Amino acid sequence: MRYLLRRLGHALFLVFGVSILAFLFTTLAPGNYFDEMRLNPQIAPETLVALRAQYQLDRPLPLRYASWLNSAMHGQMGFSFAYNAPVAPLLLVRARNTLLLTITATLLAWAIALPLGIWSAERLGRLPDRLIGWSTAILLVLPDLALALGLLVLAVRTHWFPTGGMASVGFESLSSFNKFRDLARHMTLSVAALVLSALPLLVRHVRAAVAEVLDAPFLLAAEGHGIPRFTLLYRYALPAAANPLVSLFGFSIGALLSGSLLIEVVMSWPGLGPFLLEAILARDIYVVIGGVLFSTIFLVVGNFLADILLYWIDPRIRTETPSA
Amino acid sequence: MSRRRKVGFWLVVLGVLHGIILCAGFLAPCDPVRQDRKSPYLPPMRVHFLDARGHPHVRPFVYPLQLRPGTFDQYVEDTSQPRPLKFFVPGDPYRLLGFFRGRVHLFGADNERIYLLGSDGFGRDQLSRLLFGGQISLLAGLLGAGFTLLVGLCVGSAAGYFGGWCDELLMRLAELFLALPWLYLLFAIRAFLPLSVNPLHAFFLIVAVIAAVGWARPARLVRGVVLSAKERDFVRAARGFGASNFYLLRRHILPETSSVVLTQAAILIPQYVLAEMALSFLGLGVPEPVPSWGNLLSNLQQYSVLVSYWWMYLPALGMVPFFLGYLGLASALQESPDPYKIERRSLGSLA
Repeated sequence: MRYLLRRLGHALFLVFGVSILAFLFTTLAPGNYFDEMRLNPQIAPETLVALRAQYQLDRPLPLRYASWLNSAMHGQMGFSFAYNAPVAPLLLVRARNTLLLTITATLLAWAIALPLGIWSAERLGRLPDRLIGWSTAILLVLPDLALALGLLVLAVRTHWFPTGGMASVGFESLSSFNKFRDLARHMTLSVAALVLSALPLLVRHVRAAVAEVLDAPFLLAAEGHGIPRFTLLYRYALPAAANPLVSLFGFSIGALLSGSLLIEVVMSWPGLGPFLLEAILARDIYVVIGGVLFSTIFLVVGNFLADILLYWIDPRIRTETPSA
Repeated sequence: MSRRRKVGFWLVVLGVLHGIILCAGFLAPCDPVRQDRKSPYLPPMRVHFLDARGHPHVRPFVYPLQLRPGTFDQYVEDTSQPRPLKFFVPGDPYRLLGFFRGRVHLFGADNERIYLLGSDGFGRDQLSRLLFGGQISLLAGLLGAGFTLLVGLCVGSAAGYFGGWCDELLMRLAELFLALPWLYLLFAIRAFLPLSVNPLHAFFLIVAVIAAVGWARPARLVRGVVLSAKERDFVRAARGFGASNFYLLRRHILPETSSVVLTQAAILIPQYVLAEMALSFLGLGVPEPVPSWGNLLSNLQQYSVLVSYWWMYLPALGMVPFFLGYLGLASALQESPDPYKIERRSLGSLA
């Protein structure tokens, strides 16, 4: 338990640190949201000063940080200039869209990677292993930008899938089954790009982890007892190989909000990625800080979850007496 | 193949690839920013050996493309006037490595333009832009990685060697940077810097931003190596003889980190090239008209380009060999050295 508490304290420290860091970068920033209005002759300079004062942009950094922290405590995370609304609800909507995409993609990627990796490890050095090795190598050298654009070009030329957005016109009037189908069709390309870019790393890790335990004497004994091959691989070998994979899974959870940024922009999926990009271009600083913080919290929570899972799965960690 | 030979093989591959990019001026058929407003979005010209009547030719040639009558973006080959491809032809002036002036190009058609990868919306040659764009993108990757590794080496060796509060402080900071999702961090830092700057400033800005984001991982790895290296007997002996901290670090400890640093370089360079691509693709990086691998692809953000001009995607595949080379190098470097050789060497030292 001490172990988990220590990890939790560590996570909190990280989130705080990141928020301070993000604020520090804002002071380095030349210009602010209202700078472009200066060019507009209809807006008097006094109005701009008043606006800046209203949004507290004229106050020193520590004070701004304190008031931002206060608003974060109240679940607002600052105020967006462009949307004229608190940041947190805006982010939540986008984050929901992103999560819809990434959770599907992550589950799918793991569901494909586990059997492929195990199969590859079982036939180490034989034809299936080589084939899987080569195809993962090809996927690995295709940068995800190129992969996503390639899928997009393919979709546009074949008209198999809609490109961009997450719903067709008239989505609201569809029956719930058709709604689901429409959403699935819009998600396909982005999910495919995410799965294909995550797959090679996952397959390779699963293969390495499983191949390592397959030589263990207890598996030889289990085979000698006549336990069927499938049970042997999934019930006996996989849990023994789980340790590095659980950490990797924690990392996949952590990357749920941040891993799909580029692909969302390419596929124009209305998630956190395009929202953040827009905010950057408009210098909507609280949205940027909020977005970075949101995804950091996710990363930290993901790692924390991985720690808990590891604690639960691996008895070696549970029984280990903490040194500090 | 032994590890040493694999590493050598991939180094040669990478050397050739980088050589190609370095000689972009000579290899590219024309200047990457020269426009031809009369031929936007030309499809790639096909290299022929057989002419329209089926006669074989020794010298390969291309047919110029003409607008199909009644359309504005459909081209057909004009078979009446073939353009033979010639080698070592004079063309647009360029500078090799920044100072050797030249006019001779590897191939071209006398005074006529050829587009082997098609042209973009301004009628600029995509092949030339791909080659010249590589100079920007690869240089960003190399400089960024070099900078990151330098910072990582300094921070890591300071933390590992001096220990105590210095170690504590630096490693907490590194954990902070590791916890941040790196693409977001990249964006956030970029967000707070001026948006529109001239290409040269933008380039150095990107390199600095990319390097600032990535130093944490190499720093931690270097720290680990330094921690174990400083307790080695020969280091203690040198310290016993009165060697200064700086001398010990430079002469005995930093050489131990070389394999970690090399491996990290092979991993970081392609990552940073991708980072530059991502930034330029989104319009936050190197601006037009200077070509970079990122802004070559940013054309594809327009739906009409995506629908009608698929060849604009070809540059994306042109960069794959580079990533393959770096991946191969990284995995060859990570392989554990030949066990037999180690055994022999250690036996030799015993004898």
